[in-house]
Amino acid sequence: MSTTAAGAGPAAVGSAPAGVGPFDADRPYRISGSVSVRPESFGALVYDFRTRRLSFLKTRPLVRVVESLADHPDVHGALAAAEVPAHQRDQYLEALAGLARAGTIQQRRQGDDTT
Amino acid sequence: MKLVEHFTHGLTSPICLTWELTYACNLSCVHCLSSSGRRDPRELSTEECKAVIDELQRMQVFYVNIGGGEPTVRSDFWELLDYAIAHDVGVKFSTNGVKLDEARAAQLAATDYVDVQISLDGATAEVNDHVRGPGSYATAIRAMENLHEAGFGQFKISVVVTRQNVDQLDDFKAIADRYGAQLRITRLRPSGRGADTWDELHPTQAQQKQLYDWLVARGEDVLTGDSFFHLSAYGQELPGLNLCGAGRVVCLIDPVGDVYACPFAIHDQFLAGNVRGEGGFREVWQHSALFAELRGPQSGGACAKCSHYDACQGGCMAAKFFTGLPLDGPDPECVLGNGERALAALETDSDLQRVVPKPSLDHSHRTKPRERGGPVPLTLSVRRPDRACDSDPLAGEGARLPAGIRVG
Repeated sequence: MSTTAAGAGPAAVGSAPAGVGPFDADRPYRISGSVSVRPESFGALVYDFRTRRLSFLKTRPLVRVVESLADHPDVHGALAAAEVPAHQRDQYLEALAGLARAGTIQQRRQGDDTT
Repeated sequence: MKLVEHFTHGLTSPICLTWELTYACNLSCVHCLSSSGRRDPRELSTEECKAVIDELQRMQVFYVNIGGGEPTVRSDFWELLDYAIAHDVGVKFSTNGVKLDEARAAQLAATDYVDVQISLDGATAEVNDHVRGPGSYATAIRAMENLHEAGFGQFKISVVVTRQNVDQLDDFKAIADRYGAQLRITRLRPSGRGADTWDELHPTQAQQKQLYDWLVARGEDVLTGDSFFHLSAYGQELPGLNLCGAGRVVCLIDPVGDVYACPFAIHDQFLAGNVRGEGGFREVWQHSALFAELRGPQSGGACAKCSHYDACQGGCMAAKFFTGLPLDGPDPECVLGNGERALAALETDSDLQRVVPKPSLDHSHRTKPRERGGPVPLTLSVRRPDRACDSDPLAGEGARLPAGIRVG
Protein backbone atom coordinates (compact mmCIF):
# COMPACT_ATOMS: atom_id res chain seq x y z
CA MET A 1 0.00 0.00 0.00
CA SER A 2 1.46 3.28 -0.98
CA THR A 3 -0.57 5.85 0.80
CA THR A 4 -0.84 6.55 4.45
CA ALA A 5 -3.39 9.18 5.11
CA ALA A 6 -3.08 11.17 8.26
CA GLY A 7 -6.46 10.91 9.88
CA ALA A 8 -7.82 8.77 7.07
CA GLY A 9 -10.81 6.68 7.87
CA PRO A 10 -13.58 4.80 6.16
CA ALA A 11 -15.51 8.09 6.05
CA ALA A 12 -13.38 9.15 3.10
CA VAL A 13 -14.93 6.43 0.99
CA GLY A 14 -18.46 7.47 1.81
CA SER A 15 -17.81 11.09 0.95
CA ALA A 16 -16.06 10.34 -2.32
CA PRO A 17 -16.77 12.86 -5.06
CA ALA A 18 -18.78 12.18 -8.18
CA GLY A 19 -16.82 10.31 -10.82
CA VAL A 20 -15.37 7.83 -8.36
CA GLY A 21 -16.67 4.45 -9.33
CA PRO A 22 -14.87 1.17 -8.95
CA PHE A 23 -11.29 1.54 -10.09
CA ASP A 24 -10.91 0.40 -13.68
CA ALA A 25 -7.37 0.35 -15.06
CA ASP A 26 -8.72 0.22 -18.62
CA ARG A 27 -10.12 3.72 -18.24
CA PRO A 28 -8.36 7.10 -18.32
CA TYR A 29 -7.61 8.81 -14.98
CA ARG A 30 -6.14 12.03 -13.71
CA ILE A 31 -5.30 13.74 -10.45
CA SER A 32 -8.48 15.24 -8.98
CA GLY A 33 -8.94 18.96 -9.41
CA SER A 34 -8.89 19.70 -5.67
CA VAL A 35 -5.65 17.76 -5.13
CA SER A 36 -2.15 19.20 -5.03
CA VAL A 37 1.00 17.06 -5.26
CA ARG A 38 4.27 18.30 -3.77
CA PRO A 39 7.47 16.40 -4.64
CA GLU A 40 9.63 15.38 -1.68
CA SER A 41 12.80 13.27 -1.39
CA PHE A 42 10.81 10.14 -0.52
CA GLY A 43 8.05 10.63 -3.10
CA ALA A 44 5.39 13.27 -2.64
CA LEU A 45 2.99 14.87 -0.23
CA VAL A 46 -0.58 14.95 -1.46
CA TYR A 47 -3.13 17.40 -0.16
CA ASP A 48 -6.80 17.43 -0.99
CA PHE A 49 -8.13 20.95 -0.50
CA ARG A 50 -11.67 19.63 -0.45
CA THR A 51 -11.33 17.02 2.28
CA ARG A 52 -8.31 18.76 3.96
CA ARG A 53 -6.64 15.38 3.92
CA LEU A 54 -2.90 15.05 3.77
CA SER A 55 -1.48 11.80 2.44
CA PHE A 56 1.77 10.49 1.03
CA LEU A 57 3.04 8.84 -2.11
CA LYS A 58 5.86 6.79 -0.70
CA THR A 59 7.96 6.23 -3.81
CA ARG A 60 9.12 8.43 -6.67
CA PRO A 61 8.10 5.99 -9.42
CA LEU A 62 4.55 6.05 -8.05
CA VAL A 63 4.62 9.86 -8.20
CA ARG A 64 5.65 9.66 -11.86
CA VAL A 65 2.80 7.27 -12.62
CA VAL A 66 0.22 9.41 -10.83
CA GLU A 67 1.39 12.59 -12.54
CA SER A 68 1.37 11.01 -16.00
CA LEU A 69 -2.08 9.42 -15.72
CA ALA A 70 -3.65 12.37 -17.50
CA ASP A 71 -1.40 11.84 -20.55
CA HIS A 72 -2.53 8.30 -21.22
CA PRO A 73 -5.74 6.75 -22.52
CA ASP A 74 -5.74 4.23 -19.67
CA VAL A 75 -3.87 3.39 -16.48
CA HIS A 76 -1.91 0.60 -18.16
CA GLY A 77 -0.46 3.14 -20.56
CA ALA A 78 0.84 5.23 -17.67
CA LEU A 79 2.42 2.20 -16.03
CA ALA A 80 4.10 1.19 -19.29
CA ALA A 81 5.39 4.69 -19.95
CA ALA A 82 6.88 4.82 -16.43
CA GLU A 83 8.53 1.45 -17.16
CA VAL A 84 7.02 -0.25 -14.15
CA PRO A 85 8.29 -3.85 -14.22
CA ALA A 86 5.62 -6.47 -14.92
CA HIS A 87 6.00 -8.15 -11.53
CA GLN A 88 5.22 -4.85 -9.74
CA ARG A 89 2.14 -3.98 -11.81
CA ASP A 90 -0.36 -5.51 -9.37
CA GLN A 91 1.17 -3.61 -6.49
CA TYR A 92 0.86 -0.35 -8.41
CA LEU A 93 -2.71 -1.07 -9.45
CA GLU A 94 -3.61 -1.74 -5.85
CA ALA A 95 -2.04 1.54 -4.78
CA LEU A 96 -3.83 3.44 -7.55
CA ALA A 97 -7.14 1.82 -6.60
CA GLY A 98 -6.57 3.13 -3.07
CA LEU A 99 -5.90 6.61 -4.42
CA ALA A 100 -9.09 6.42 -6.47
CA ARG A 101 -11.11 5.39 -3.41
CA ALA A 102 -9.68 8.32 -1.46
CA GLY A 103 -10.59 10.70 -4.30
CA THR A 104 -6.94 11.60 -4.98
CA ILE A 105 -7.29 10.47 -8.59
CA GLN A 106 -10.48 10.29 -10.60
CA GLN A 107 -11.67 8.91 -13.88
CA ARG A 108 -11.73 11.37 -16.72
CA ARG A 109 -13.68 11.19 -19.93
CA GLN A 110 -11.66 10.44 -23.04
CA GLY A 111 -10.54 13.73 -24.51
CA ASP A 112 -10.93 15.73 -21.28
CA ASP A 113 -8.11 18.13 -20.82
CA THR A 114 -6.01 17.64 -17.75
CA THR A 115 -7.12 20.51 -15.66
CA MET B 1 13.97 4.61 5.39
CA LYS B 2 10.68 4.94 7.18
CA LEU B 3 8.49 7.88 6.28
CA VAL B 4 8.81 9.44 9.71
CA GLU B 5 12.60 9.45 9.33
CA HIS B 6 12.25 11.56 6.21
CA PHE B 7 10.25 14.01 8.31
CA THR B 8 13.01 14.05 10.89
CA HIS B 9 15.45 15.14 8.19
CA GLY B 10 13.18 17.92 7.02
CA LEU B 11 11.00 18.50 3.98
CA THR B 12 11.36 20.93 1.09
CA SER B 13 8.51 22.95 2.65
CA PRO B 14 6.81 22.78 6.01
CA ILE B 15 3.68 20.68 6.47
CA CYS B 16 2.39 22.75 9.30
CA LEU B 17 3.21 26.43 9.14
CA THR B 18 1.91 28.80 11.77
CA TRP B 19 1.79 32.46 10.90
CA GLU B 20 1.03 34.92 13.67
CA LEU B 21 -0.25 37.96 11.78
CA THR B 22 -0.17 40.43 14.65
CA TYR B 23 0.84 40.73 18.28
CA ALA B 24 -2.20 42.95 18.83
CA CYS B 25 -4.98 41.35 20.84
CA ASN B 26 -8.14 42.47 22.57
CA LEU B 27 -7.51 39.88 25.30
CA SER B 28 -4.67 39.27 27.74
CA CYS B 29 -4.85 35.52 28.30
CA VAL B 30 -2.58 34.57 31.16
CA HIS B 31 -1.01 31.68 29.22
CA CYS B 32 -0.52 33.49 25.87
CA LEU B 33 2.34 31.69 24.15
CA SER B 34 3.38 34.82 22.25
CA SER B 35 2.89 37.35 25.10
CA SER B 36 0.56 39.26 22.81
CA GLY B 37 -1.33 42.45 23.49
CA ARG B 38 0.20 45.42 21.70
CA ARG B 39 0.75 45.68 17.97
CA ASP B 40 4.39 45.72 16.92
CA PRO B 41 5.13 48.78 14.76
CA ARG B 42 7.41 46.67 12.56
CA GLU B 43 4.53 44.34 11.66
CA LEU B 44 4.60 43.08 8.04
CA SER B 45 2.59 45.35 5.76
CA THR B 46 -0.26 44.12 3.60
CA GLU B 47 2.04 43.99 0.57
CA GLU B 48 4.74 42.13 2.50
CA CYS B 49 2.14 39.61 3.69
CA LYS B 50 1.00 39.08 0.11
CA ALA B 51 4.60 38.50 -0.96
CA VAL B 52 4.89 35.83 1.75
CA ILE B 53 1.70 34.20 0.47
CA ASP B 54 3.11 34.23 -3.09
CA GLU B 55 6.17 32.45 -1.79
CA LEU B 56 4.11 29.88 0.13
CA GLN B 57 2.20 29.21 -3.08
CA ARG B 58 5.44 28.64 -4.99
CA MET B 59 6.65 26.32 -2.20
CA GLN B 60 3.33 24.45 -2.28
CA VAL B 61 2.61 25.03 1.37
CA PHE B 62 -0.93 23.71 1.21
CA TYR B 63 -2.31 25.64 4.14
CA VAL B 64 -1.27 27.96 6.94
CA ASN B 65 -2.46 28.19 10.49
CA ILE B 66 -3.03 31.86 11.07
CA GLY B 67 -3.03 33.21 14.59
CA GLY B 68 -1.74 36.05 16.68
CA GLY B 69 -2.45 37.95 18.81
CA GLU B 70 -5.94 38.17 17.47
CA PRO B 71 -5.50 38.03 13.69
CA THR B 72 -8.94 39.46 12.89
CA VAL B 73 -8.09 42.81 14.48
CA ARG B 74 -5.79 43.50 11.55
CA SER B 75 -7.85 45.67 9.24
CA ASP B 76 -6.48 43.81 6.21
CA PHE B 77 -7.20 40.36 7.68
CA TRP B 78 -10.13 39.59 5.37
CA GLU B 79 -8.20 40.84 2.34
CA LEU B 80 -5.24 38.58 3.20
CA LEU B 81 -7.59 35.64 3.80
CA ASP B 82 -9.08 36.01 0.33
CA TYR B 83 -5.66 36.54 -1.19
CA ALA B 84 -4.26 33.35 0.35
CA ILE B 85 -7.21 31.23 -0.77
CA ALA B 86 -7.02 32.68 -4.28
CA HIS B 87 -3.35 31.65 -4.34
CA ASP B 88 -3.86 27.99 -3.39
CA VAL B 89 -2.89 28.48 0.23
CA GLY B 90 -5.70 27.21 2.44
CA VAL B 91 -6.23 29.04 5.71
CA LYS B 92 -7.07 27.82 9.16
CA PHE B 93 -7.24 30.71 11.53
CA SER B 94 -7.51 30.86 15.30
CA THR B 95 -9.63 33.53 16.88
CA ASN B 96 -11.22 34.42 20.18
CA GLY B 97 -14.32 35.25 18.13
CA VAL B 98 -14.37 38.99 18.75
CA LYS B 99 -15.02 39.88 15.09
CA LEU B 100 -17.22 36.95 14.13
CA ASP B 101 -20.57 38.66 14.00
CA GLU B 102 -23.44 37.37 11.85
CA ALA B 103 -22.19 39.08 8.69
CA ARG B 104 -18.63 37.71 9.00
CA ALA B 105 -19.95 34.26 9.83
CA ALA B 106 -22.05 34.33 6.66
CA GLN B 107 -19.04 35.52 4.65
CA LEU B 108 -16.90 32.68 6.03
CA ALA B 109 -19.65 30.14 5.35
CA ALA B 110 -19.52 31.21 1.70
CA THR B 111 -15.72 30.86 1.47
CA ASP B 112 -14.06 27.59 0.45
CA TYR B 113 -10.80 26.36 1.94
CA VAL B 114 -11.07 28.25 5.18
CA ASP B 115 -11.19 26.63 8.59
CA VAL B 116 -12.02 28.53 11.74
CA GLN B 117 -10.79 27.63 15.16
CA ILE B 118 -12.38 29.29 18.19
CA SER B 119 -10.27 29.32 21.33
CA LEU B 120 -12.00 28.25 24.53
CA ASP B 121 -10.16 27.27 27.69
CA GLY B 122 -13.07 26.41 29.94
CA ALA B 123 -16.40 24.68 29.34
CA THR B 124 -17.89 27.20 31.76
CA ALA B 125 -17.46 30.96 31.86
CA GLU B 126 -15.90 30.70 35.30
CA VAL B 127 -13.07 28.39 34.24
CA ASN B 128 -12.57 30.04 30.84
CA ASP B 129 -12.58 33.65 31.95
CA HIS B 130 -10.10 32.92 34.74
CA VAL B 131 -7.53 32.30 32.00
CA ARG B 132 -8.81 34.31 29.04
CA GLY B 133 -10.37 37.29 30.80
CA PRO B 134 -13.85 38.56 31.68
CA GLY B 135 -16.43 38.23 28.90
CA SER B 136 -14.25 36.02 26.70
CA TYR B 137 -16.48 32.95 27.20
CA ALA B 138 -19.56 34.84 26.06
CA THR B 139 -17.66 36.22 23.04
CA ALA B 140 -16.53 32.74 22.00
CA ILE B 141 -19.98 31.19 22.41
CA ARG B 142 -21.60 33.99 20.41
CA ALA B 143 -19.09 33.41 17.59
CA MET B 144 -19.91 29.69 17.64
CA GLU B 145 -23.63 30.43 17.48
CA ASN B 146 -23.07 32.76 14.54
CA LEU B 147 -20.99 30.20 12.62
CA HIS B 148 -23.50 27.47 13.36
CA GLU B 149 -26.46 29.56 12.28
CA ALA B 150 -24.67 30.73 9.13
CA GLY B 151 -24.20 27.09 8.15
CA PHE B 152 -20.41 27.28 8.21
CA GLY B 153 -20.18 23.55 8.89
CA GLN B 154 -17.54 21.96 11.00
CA PHE B 155 -15.43 24.64 12.63
CA LYS B 156 -13.06 23.78 15.42
CA ILE B 157 -13.06 24.53 19.11
CA SER B 158 -9.52 24.75 20.38
CA VAL B 159 -8.82 24.03 24.03
CA VAL B 160 -5.53 24.29 25.89
CA VAL B 161 -5.72 21.60 28.57
CA THR B 162 -5.08 22.95 32.06
CA ARG B 163 -5.32 21.79 35.64
CA GLN B 164 -8.63 23.67 35.88
CA ASN B 165 -10.33 22.32 32.75
CA VAL B 166 -9.04 18.76 32.44
CA ASP B 167 -12.18 17.53 34.22
CA GLN B 168 -14.32 19.28 31.57
CA LEU B 169 -13.18 17.32 28.50
CA ASP B 170 -16.59 15.65 28.11
CA ASP B 171 -18.28 19.05 28.52
CA PHE B 172 -16.10 20.53 25.77
CA LYS B 173 -17.08 17.63 23.54
CA ALA B 174 -20.73 18.35 24.30
CA ILE B 175 -20.27 22.03 23.35
CA ALA B 176 -18.60 20.96 20.11
CA ASP B 177 -21.46 18.56 19.35
CA ARG B 178 -24.03 21.27 20.08
CA TYR B 179 -22.57 23.51 17.36
CA GLY B 180 -21.57 20.78 14.92
CA ALA B 181 -17.94 21.59 15.63
CA GLN B 182 -14.87 19.44 16.05
CA LEU B 183 -12.97 19.50 19.33
CA ARG B 184 -9.24 20.15 19.29
CA ILE B 185 -7.26 19.93 22.50
CA THR B 186 -3.62 20.91 22.83
CA ARG B 187 -0.92 20.97 25.42
CA LEU B 188 -0.18 23.98 27.60
CA ARG B 189 3.40 25.19 27.15
CA PRO B 190 5.44 27.40 29.48
CA SER B 191 5.97 29.82 26.58
CA GLY B 192 5.31 33.55 26.59
CA ARG B 193 3.11 34.49 29.54
CA GLY B 194 2.61 30.74 30.00
CA ALA B 195 5.98 30.78 31.75
CA ASP B 196 4.49 32.93 34.52
CA THR B 197 1.40 30.75 34.98
CA TRP B 198 2.82 27.30 34.23
CA ASP B 199 3.09 26.22 37.86
CA GLU B 200 -0.55 27.10 38.48
CA LEU B 201 -2.04 25.85 35.20
CA HIS B 202 -0.19 22.80 33.97
CA PRO B 203 -1.93 19.46 34.65
CA THR B 204 -0.71 17.42 37.59
CA GLN B 205 0.87 14.02 37.06
CA ALA B 206 -2.43 12.31 37.96
CA GLN B 207 -4.30 14.57 35.53
CA GLN B 208 -1.91 13.68 32.73
CA LYS B 209 -2.83 10.02 33.12
CA GLN B 210 -6.48 11.04 33.20
CA LEU B 211 -5.96 12.98 29.96
CA TYR B 212 -4.16 10.06 28.33
CA ASP B 213 -6.95 7.66 29.30
CA TRP B 214 -9.53 10.09 27.92
CA LEU B 215 -7.66 10.40 24.62
CA VAL B 216 -7.43 6.63 24.26
CA ALA B 217 -11.09 6.11 25.14
CA ARG B 218 -12.78 9.11 23.57
CA GLY B 219 -10.18 10.81 21.41
CA GLU B 220 -11.04 9.29 18.06
CA ASP B 221 -12.70 12.37 16.58
CA VAL B 222 -10.67 14.80 18.65
CA LEU B 223 -7.77 16.68 17.07
CA THR B 224 -4.63 17.15 19.16
CA GLY B 225 -2.19 18.91 16.82
CA ASP B 226 0.14 16.03 17.69
CA SER B 227 0.88 17.86 20.91
CA PHE B 228 0.57 15.09 23.50
CA PHE B 229 3.18 12.72 22.14
CA HIS B 230 4.99 12.83 25.49
CA LEU B 231 1.99 10.90 26.88
CA SER B 232 2.65 7.99 24.51
CA ALA B 233 5.09 6.73 27.13
CA TYR B 234 2.05 5.60 29.15
CA GLY B 235 1.70 2.74 26.71
CA GLN B 236 -0.35 3.06 23.57
CA GLU B 237 1.03 5.40 20.93
CA LEU B 238 -1.36 8.24 20.26
CA PRO B 239 -2.36 8.98 16.65
CA GLY B 240 -0.05 11.36 14.81
CA LEU B 241 3.61 11.59 13.92
CA ASN B 242 4.77 11.41 17.55
CA LEU B 243 7.83 13.49 17.04
CA CYS B 244 8.90 17.05 17.71
CA GLY B 245 8.38 18.73 14.36
CA ALA B 246 10.22 21.95 15.21
CA GLY B 247 12.19 23.11 12.18
CA ARG B 248 11.50 19.76 10.50
CA VAL B 249 7.85 19.86 9.50
CA VAL B 250 6.73 22.83 11.60
CA CYS B 251 7.75 26.45 11.97
CA LEU B 252 6.42 29.86 12.87
CA ILE B 253 6.45 33.18 11.05
CA ASP B 254 5.85 35.92 13.60
CA PRO B 255 4.18 39.30 12.91
CA VAL B 256 7.47 41.05 12.08
CA GLY B 257 8.54 38.24 9.73
CA ASP B 258 10.89 36.44 12.09
CA VAL B 259 10.95 32.69 11.52
CA TYR B 260 11.12 30.48 14.61
CA ALA B 261 11.44 26.71 14.83
CA CYS B 262 8.01 26.35 16.39
CA PRO B 263 5.13 28.51 17.62
CA PHE B 264 6.04 27.73 21.22
CA ALA B 265 9.65 28.79 20.84
CA ILE B 266 9.56 32.54 20.37
CA HIS B 267 13.06 33.16 21.66
CA ASP B 268 16.35 34.28 20.10
CA GLN B 269 17.75 30.79 20.55
CA PHE B 270 15.17 29.38 18.11
CA LEU B 271 15.20 32.25 15.63
CA ALA B 272 16.19 30.98 12.19
CA GLY B 273 15.91 34.16 10.11
CA ASN B 274 13.43 36.67 8.72
CA VAL B 275 11.23 36.59 5.65
CA ARG B 276 12.39 40.13 4.84
CA GLY B 277 15.93 38.83 4.33
CA GLU B 278 17.39 37.93 0.95
CA GLY B 279 15.85 34.74 -0.37
CA GLY B 280 12.76 35.21 1.78
CA PHE B 281 11.07 32.42 3.67
CA ARG B 282 12.33 29.69 1.35
CA GLU B 283 15.93 30.56 2.14
CA VAL B 284 15.27 30.41 5.88
CA TRP B 285 13.38 27.11 5.70
CA GLN B 286 15.83 25.35 3.43
CA HIS B 287 19.18 26.79 4.48
CA SER B 288 19.18 28.29 7.96
CA ALA B 289 21.88 26.93 10.26
CA LEU B 290 19.40 26.45 13.09
CA PHE B 291 17.02 24.30 11.05
CA ALA B 292 19.93 22.26 9.68
CA GLU B 293 20.95 21.56 13.27
CA LEU B 294 17.43 20.56 14.31
CA ARG B 295 17.26 18.17 11.34
CA GLY B 296 20.57 16.58 12.25
CA PRO B 297 21.07 13.73 14.71
CA GLN B 298 19.81 14.54 18.22
CA SER B 299 21.39 13.07 21.28
CA GLY B 300 18.64 12.00 23.61
CA GLY B 301 20.88 12.69 26.61
CA ALA B 302 19.92 10.69 29.66
CA CYS B 303 16.50 10.03 28.08
CA ALA B 304 18.03 7.94 25.29
CA LYS B 305 18.59 5.13 27.80
CA CYS B 306 14.94 5.14 28.87
CA SER B 307 12.79 2.31 27.57
CA HIS B 308 10.10 4.86 26.62
CA TYR B 309 12.40 7.04 24.52
CA ASP B 310 11.06 5.66 21.23
CA ALA B 311 7.56 6.66 22.30
CA CYS B 312 8.12 10.16 23.63
CA GLN B 313 11.42 11.17 21.96
CA GLY B 314 12.31 13.19 25.04
CA GLY B 315 9.19 15.35 24.76
CA CYS B 316 8.77 19.01 23.88
CA MET B 317 11.78 21.21 23.24
CA ALA B 318 9.98 24.42 24.20
CA ALA B 319 8.61 22.95 27.43
CA LYS B 320 12.11 22.00 28.53
CA PHE B 321 13.70 25.26 27.46
CA PHE B 322 11.25 27.58 29.19
CA THR B 323 11.28 25.64 32.44
CA GLY B 324 15.08 25.77 32.54
CA LEU B 325 15.68 22.09 31.75
CA PRO B 326 18.42 21.08 29.30
CA LEU B 327 17.22 20.33 25.76
CA ASP B 328 18.59 16.79 25.94
CA GLY B 329 17.00 16.26 29.34
CA PRO B 330 13.51 15.05 30.24
CA ASP B 331 10.30 16.90 29.49
CA PRO B 332 9.01 18.76 32.59
CA GLU B 333 5.86 16.62 32.30
CA CYS B 334 7.71 13.33 31.70
CA VAL B 335 5.16 10.66 32.65
CA LEU B 336 7.80 8.82 34.66
CA GLY B 337 8.37 11.90 36.79
CA ASN B 338 11.94 12.43 35.55
CA GLY B 339 11.17 16.03 34.65
CA GLU B 340 9.79 16.85 38.07
CA ARG B 341 12.81 15.24 39.73
CA ALA B 342 15.19 17.17 37.47
CA LEU B 343 13.41 20.44 38.30
CA ALA B 344 13.45 19.64 42.01
CA ALA B 345 17.19 18.94 41.78
CA LEU B 346 17.73 22.32 40.15
CA GLU B 347 15.87 23.96 43.04
CA THR B 348 17.76 22.23 45.83
CA ASP B 349 21.24 21.57 44.46
CA SER B 350 23.23 24.76 44.80
CA ASP B 351 25.85 23.49 42.32
CA LEU B 352 23.24 23.36 39.62
CA GLN B 353 21.68 26.63 38.65
CA ARG B 354 18.16 26.69 37.33
CA VAL B 355 18.30 29.37 34.72
CA VAL B 356 14.87 30.03 33.32
CA PRO B 357 15.36 31.92 30.07
CA LYS B 358 13.86 35.36 29.94
CA PRO B 359 11.53 35.88 27.01
CA SER B 360 13.10 37.76 24.11
CA LEU B 361 9.87 39.55 23.29
CA ASP B 362 6.92 40.84 25.26
CA HIS B 363 3.98 42.62 23.67
CA SER B 364 1.73 42.34 26.72
CA HIS B 365 -0.64 45.19 27.43
CA ARG B 366 1.15 47.52 29.80
CA THR B 367 -1.94 48.41 31.75
CA LYS B 368 -4.87 46.48 33.09
CA PRO B 369 -8.25 47.24 31.58
CA ARG B 370 -10.22 49.69 33.72
CA GLU B 371 -12.60 48.06 36.17
CA ARG B 372 -16.14 48.75 35.09
CA GLY B 373 -18.53 50.74 37.28
CA GLY B 374 -17.93 53.70 39.55
CA PRO B 375 -17.27 57.29 38.61
CA VAL B 376 -14.52 58.27 36.19
CA PRO B 377 -11.79 60.04 38.21
CA LEU B 378 -11.45 63.19 36.14
CA THR B 379 -10.96 66.73 37.37
CA LEU B 380 -13.00 68.99 35.17
CA SER B 381 -11.80 72.50 34.62
CA VAL B 382 -14.28 75.20 35.57
CA ARG B 383 -12.43 77.85 33.63
CA ARG B 384 -14.23 79.09 30.54
CA PRO B 385 -12.64 80.72 27.51
CA ASP B 386 -12.69 84.52 27.61
CA ARG B 387 -14.92 84.59 24.56
CA ALA B 388 -17.15 81.84 23.22
CA CYS B 389 -15.29 81.75 19.89
CA ASP B 390 -11.78 81.52 21.35
CA SER B 391 -10.32 78.33 19.97
CA ASP B 392 -6.70 78.95 20.93
CA PRO B 393 -6.00 76.64 23.88
CA LEU B 394 -3.84 79.33 25.40
CA ALA B 395 -6.48 82.03 25.19
CA GLY B 396 -6.83 83.68 28.53
CA GLU B 397 -3.59 82.12 29.78
CA GLY B 398 -1.43 85.02 28.66
CA ALA B 399 -0.97 86.40 32.12
CA ARG B 400 0.40 83.08 33.42
CA LEU B 401 2.97 82.52 30.67
CA PRO B 402 6.61 83.06 31.54
CA ALA B 403 8.19 86.26 30.32
CA GLY B 404 9.41 86.17 26.73
CA ILE B 405 6.63 83.96 25.35
CA ARG B 406 4.12 85.82 23.28
CA VAL B 407 0.79 84.57 22.29
CA GLY B 408 -0.95 85.52 19.05
